[in-house]
Amino acid sequence: MLDLRRFTGREMRLTDKLIEFNWGFLLLLVLIASIGFAMLYSVAEGSFSPWAYRQALRFGVGVCILLIVAMIDLRLWMRLAYPLYGVALAMLVAVEIVGFTGMGAQRWLNLGFVQVQPSEVMKVTLLMALARYFHGLTLEEVSRLRNLVIPVLLIAVPVGLVVLQPDLGTAILLVASGAILFFAAGLRWRYFILSGIIVLATVPVVWSRLHDYQKNRVFTFLDPERDPLGAGYHILQSKIALGAGGVFGKGFMEGTQSQLNFLPEKHTDFIFTMLGEELGLVGGLVLLVLYFIVLMFSLNVAMQCRNQFGRLLAIGVSMTFFLYVFINSAMVMGLLPVVGVPLPLVSYGGTAMLSLMFALGLLMSVYIHRNVEISRGPSAFW
Amino acid sequence: MQISGRDSNRYQTFTRRAALLGGIQGVAFVVLAGRMYYLQVLKSDQYTMLAEENRVSMRLLAPLRGNIVDRYGRVLASNRQNYRAMMISEQTPDIEATLDRLSRIVEINDFTRRRILRDVQRSPRFMPVTVAEGLTWDQFAQVNINEPDLAGIIPDVGETRDYAYGEELAHIMGYVAAVSEKDMSDAQTDRQLLRLPGFRIGKEGIEKTYDKELRGTAGSSHVEVNAYGRVIRELAKDPGKPGDEVVLTLDMDIQRFAWDRLKGESAGSVVMDIHSGDVLSFVSAPAYDPNQFNMGLSNEQWRALVDNEYKPLINKSLAGMYPPGSTFKMVVAAAAVEAGINPAQRVVCPGHYSLGSHVFHCWKKGGHGAMNMHQAIKYSCDVFFYDVARRIGINAIAEMSRKFGLGETYGFEVPGEKAGLVPTPDWKRATRGEPWHQGETVIAGIGQGYLLATPLQLAVMTARLANGGYAVKPRLTRAIGGQLLPTPRPAAIGVSEAALKVACDGMNAVSNEAGGTAFRSRIPDPGMELAGKTGTAQVRRISRAERSTGVLRNDQLEWRFRDHALFVCYAPVHAPRYAMSVIIEHGGSGSGAAAPVARDIMREVLIRNPERPQATVPSRADGKTREG
Repeated sequence: MLDLRRFTGREMRLTDKLIEFNWGFLLLLVLIASIGFAMLYSVAEGSFSPWAYRQALRFGVGVCILLIVAMIDLRLWMRLAYPLYGVALAMLVAVEIVGFTGMGAQRWLNLGFVQVQPSEVMKVTLLMALARYFHGLTLEEVSRLRNLVIPVLLIAVPVGLVVLQPDLGTAILLVASGAILFFAAGLRWRYFILSGIIVLATVPVVWSRLHDYQKNRVFTFLDPERDPLGAGYHILQSKIALGAGGVFGKGFMEGTQSQLNFLPEKHTDFIFTMLGEELGLVGGLVLLVLYFIVLMFSLNVAMQCRNQFGRLLAIGVSMTFFLYVFINSAMVMGLLPVVGVPLPLVSYGGTAMLSLMFALGLLMSVYIHRNVEISRGPSAFW
Repeated sequence: MQISGRDSNRYQTFTRRAALLGGIQGVAFVVLAGRMYYLQVLKSDQYTMLAEENRVSMRLLAPLRGNIVDRYGRVLASNRQNYRAMMISEQTPDIEATLDRLSRIVEINDFTRRRILRDVQRSPRFMPVTVAEGLTWDQFAQVNINEPDLAGIIPDVGETRDYAYGEELAHIMGYVAAVSEKDMSDAQTDRQLLRLPGFRIGKEGIEKTYDKELRGTAGSSHVEVNAYGRVIRELAKDPGKPGDEVVLTLDMDIQRFAWDRLKGESAGSVVMDIHSGDVLSFVSAPAYDPNQFNMGLSNEQWRALVDNEYKPLINKSLAGMYPPGSTFKMVVAAAAVEAGINPAQRVVCPGHYSLGSHVFHCWKKGGHGAMNMHQAIKYSCDVFFYDVARRIGINAIAEMSRKFGLGETYGFEVPGEKAGLVPTPDWKRATRGEPWHQGETVIAGIGQGYLLATPLQLAVMTARLANGGYAVKPRLTRAIGGQLLPTPRPAAIGVSEAALKVACDGMNAVSNEAGGTAFRSRIPDPGMELAGKTGTAQVRRISRAERSTGVLRNDQLEWRFRDHALFVCYAPVHAPRYAMSVIIEHGGSGSGAAAPVARDIMREVLIRNPERPQATVPSRADGKTREG
């Protein structure tokens, strides 16, 4: 595509950006979300209420957010990285003090007009803050020990707060996406090996502090028969549903496992199982392929981008998206323990959908501004 | 490309690593696809068999809720059989018509009908929905006989909670009720169990506090179901584990006696052991019948409870906050001794006390004359305490109040505890933005003004006076699941023996010396004498307009404007063991209304003497269930 800024020497106008915007990518997202609507329609025994209709509404809002975020100049996002991170951190602290608990352990904050889940907001702003930080470092500087103090703190403080909630799943996701940015920024291999050893050494300590239900999940994963009533039952039923689906599935709205309530949480965490039962291996693979295209596209955005902030941000979004898809689908197939991670764009749920669309908006902003060069020094921004 | 050398370095590393991450993603997707191939192609036949032929479904069985018993094992809350009618909507050709037919046997009002239709809409078509509960045996039999006529209606026997003592214990037991949407979203475990039709959880009181312990562990039943999800037969059954039994510190005999003595009033009373903090009786009157809450109240029943002027839904002993009035004078006396005031020093009471242009009256018109501290407590002289309060200041009074447990909550087992209020200048500045006036210190000296305490706190205050100054806290639970809870060892509150002695001797004089304000309500039996203190908390002054229309005395006012009557006491006076507080809302005077009631209850406590040595082991042998 044409690079307006290089040829005209002027800033991009809104119309330029709308032309630059990758509409094919948006179509891809609509396709994935539509599979979700169809499954939610089927879960409700052929009804748009209570799930499909509201999910479609949220997706619509999400698309608006994506477009707005994508139109905003990447340099502005870079300037906002630290302030937004600060806001998210303040919300995490506030939620410890005044938050309320809903849906298990995740804490919510009531802002009067809307309820937010600060840990979801933190997932995005942490990526931004880390990308902003590493943007200012040369490759040599990245691996200097004193330069690692700040980014480690950037990760450790919110992770600590999230663990307090206690929401171990989100904490692990935060650490993982943080580690990915370290890796992408070029931190030497030996640091990863070293921290791997440290993590292994601390496993016994962490284990002793886990809640009973968390320990049970791990036990159940190792031996599903141990808890045939609870999580083990879920995994077993999920596998039966997938297996019974076969290659072509039992047909839309014909899945006995799902329709007869053998399957738990089938509108949220186990929605992939429904898809597998009703539309079979073919349906499941189509969805996986769609996801894979999204991932490869976003990786390509990262590699094409000419500024380090954009590259890191894009790869961060891409990998976080990947982790969600992988963890969720591996869980329903019995490859990972049961953790509360939704399937992006498909599982029913509001906050996760909106924060994901925000993140994808950032990815699009990187794409649109991929040819913008941003100097490394901080002087250009403050 | 104008990327500088160092940046191109950075760029190359990034591209290399991004490609590596992409590779990892690819591998991960291949793994997922492989797993899907394994499950959906290689193992498909096996899983199809499982899904098609062997439709074994797991059904949860609700565990039996644990009993709540008193210290002697008498059953206070248990389970009884609940005859109910369920409906499976997919087996009913016409829900409305079926309900109409059923309503010839069981009354189904519009409210219930709406509830049923809503439940039917929310749950899957093959899930049973509760239509009617608490049927009599006759109704249940009729439903059974008419079953062919009532397609989709299934007679069923469940368990429901039975509170043998009804309203006598309502404010302690609380009640159980159906699981709400909010309970559902707050639950971290047992979510499937909570979804069972008719499952109930503790919503108030002990039922709420120990809900987890009382709930037990769900059992399960493997059932074979047909292609429509209907149960064909049961294959295996695990009954689960019933909930733990909770043993309270209450003595039901004393509780019942206290209830009988207070019912009809709007009142609160707490009796506790001064050393262990064991609460022997805890009354808030009037109350409600928790058995009704269990089944869901009708609108009229609910309105009647809410509109009742005596506030039966409020736990007055726990959450009712009252000015302690003269019962607070022991705390002021102790603060005065600690501040260096000689208890023998006399203050002349002419019947009033002037501060600047303001005049404070003593309750006794002509005044008490010269009073030392002992006499001032005995005769409850207001002027003496006005003067002492002004001299030691509000902060000294507040500090002493806290030592005696006022202005704080104790983590009591019944939810909803209120902290009351111990005012200080800092508090007033922070909450009202106004400076403290000395006149407010003066009235705090007789337990009026901003000062607020609950009956529970007043019992604790008295217990700490009587036990030699130890920070005892009230407790209501003796054992859970057969495991005795450790008896706490309270720390000293840091008040000198001299200060406690003046206060306690004063209380002894109140009850046992002629002329004391509660001498008429003494316990004459030797060895059972109590030491008490009366209190009368002003609700409203008699206005000048009312004086002119002839209303001069408190008991001529409308009920809700009359003074609160208070009494606190401990006994036996020479070897204290029990402390108690009584508040009768708008009862008139402490000596007239509260003291006689307290005397009767305390005498009963001393006769039963639940803390006598042989009673310390809870006997569960006589834990008979009351059959409903």
